[in-house]
Amino acid sequence: MNHKRTASLFLITGLTTMVLGLMFGVLGGFQYILPDFLKEPLTFQKTRPLHVYLVISFIFSSAVGCVYYFLPGVAGRKLYSPWLAFVHWLCHSLIIAVVITGFFCGHFSGREYLEFPPAMALVILGSWSLLIVNFFKTMPISFHRQPVYVWSWATGIIFFFITVTEAHLWVLPYFHNNIIRDLTVQWKALGSMVGSWNMLVYGTTIYVMERITNDKTVGQSKTAFFFYFLSLTNLMFNWGHHTYIVPASPVVKEVSYIISMTELLFIGKIIYTWRQTYIAARLNYHLLPYRFFTAGDFWVFLNLILAIIISVPAVNLYTHGTHITVAHAMGTTIGINTNLLLGCLLFVAFDRAPEFAARYKKYFMVSISLLNISLLVFWAALLICGVIKSNDALNSVPFATMMMHLQPWFVMFTAAGVCIMISLFLILFPLISIFFQSRNIAGKEIFVS
Amino acid sequence: MKRVPVFLTLIIIYIVYSGWVYTAGTSTAAAMNEKETAGKELFEVHNCESCHQLFGLGGYLGPELTTIISDRNRGPFYATALLKTGGGRMPDFHFNDAEIEALLAYLGYVDRCATTYKTASANRLP
Repeated sequence: MNHKRTASLFLITGLTTMVLGLMFGVLGGFQYILPDFLKEPLTFQKTRPLHVYLVISFIFSSAVGCVYYFLPGVAGRKLYSPWLAFVHWLCHSLIIAVVITGFFCGHFSGREYLEFPPAMALVILGSWSLLIVNFFKTMPISFHRQPVYVWSWATGIIFFFITVTEAHLWVLPYFHNNIIRDLTVQWKALGSMVGSWNMLVYGTTIYVMERITNDKTVGQSKTAFFFYFLSLTNLMFNWGHHTYIVPASPVVKEVSYIISMTELLFIGKIIYTWRQTYIAARLNYHLLPYRFFTAGDFWVFLNLILAIIISVPAVNLYTHGTHITVAHAMGTTIGINTNLLLGCLLFVAFDRAPEFAARYKKYFMVSISLLNISLLVFWAALLICGVIKSNDALNSVPFATMMMHLQPWFVMFTAAGVCIMISLFLILFPLISIFFQSRNIAGKEIFVS
Repeated sequence: MKRVPVFLTLIIIYIVYSGWVYTAGTSTAAAMNEKETAGKELFEVHNCESCHQLFGLGGYLGPELTTIISDRNRGPFYATALLKTGGGRMPDFHFNDAEIEALLAYLGYVDRCATTYKTASANRLP
């Protein structure tokens, strides 16, 4: 059993869930503009969780696949147990199959983003433990000397375990029977869980950047570690801006607001290194992963500005619960995570089967442009929806009238959603084909440390 | 930079903060009674949050429900009608009378807890 084969299986699983997730997302978009569309056979109460769960599965499957792919090279030794990794993939795929079947059959826990029945969480945690064992048994004991991407991976892996557990504390009556406690802990867990997958994605991106630029100082620099610790602080404490309206202790809001403002430092860094990034992007114009990373950088910038604005309590009062929050979520998951992950997956694809991957280069180039232009339209439509909804709510406009006001913008975001799906299909299907056909190639191990 | 001490310090603060959030930080609401809990369970198994929000958590296809009971333009009768038959985009879930009563009790509980929500609405510009 070869670890690269298992990594390829994770990547194929992730890409397949993305294809399905995009299809359910587009179906959900049509349900916004055509109220009777699939109203009885596949209600929105099913399409939304199917879409959300499947795209989150793409992020996790791809990020975990990349970790398995790169880990032995980084650790400078073989993966502790390739068989354990294979069993992890098997459990992971079975979980996805069971959860989506459950959604089709109408089995929900009714919890935002984690709508599967709570018993599944135990299986997820069990399967994730296999990754924990493999990761920490593979890494050398001198962990503190490792580059920043190893710290990011370790943090992402540990915090996913913690946050899935925390997100299921609601099964205890102590949490379930107090709505304020339940909602606050739910937002806390979900906010930090997003931070955990960001750690996995950013860690992989930094590693791939190091490989592309061949600059080994990237992962060990003081700046890199400063921003790692800043991200970790945000992962732990920056969830509270979702709960400004929840009547928990005001301290939750104050802590969150202060931490949110540290995001200004990320903005400062992006502006400071913008020219450098731009020049590098031009120099590496034909380097596909780098182009995806540059697009990701652009979305980090836009979303940070939006995040900082909506973290201001006086603004949050008007924007909370509107489509502006969705714009932020979509900008982050598609604009940042998907762009970065696709860059990493292309790097792996060219590493696995360079000649085969080169055949699809034309499609990949079209995909980058179409994806980011469509996403910009999608994002703008959601922001406009949010402003209209906020204004209508302020004027006590009835919900049905509000939906009529929003209808043209729903059409716009659905159309943009279709374009996003097409642009992603241009890259997803070739990548599935590349990883499937090259799944048995052992490949040469590149040890970087 | 001392990476390990910084990491451990953050972890300790995180654990202490989490403990505080689980207890004193969220002790402002009273616990639900049996009927309200039954309503909450119905709200969950029918995945109502995919379309409706409570305190801003949930979907956008249907209206926000945090203050539906005390809202003078909606109120319990409006909520009952929708629960009985469904609506434009809302399917008919065929709830029986006991289930509707439980759901209304739960929404009433949520409404009573929404103190900051009402203050916020009052503070918004006219």
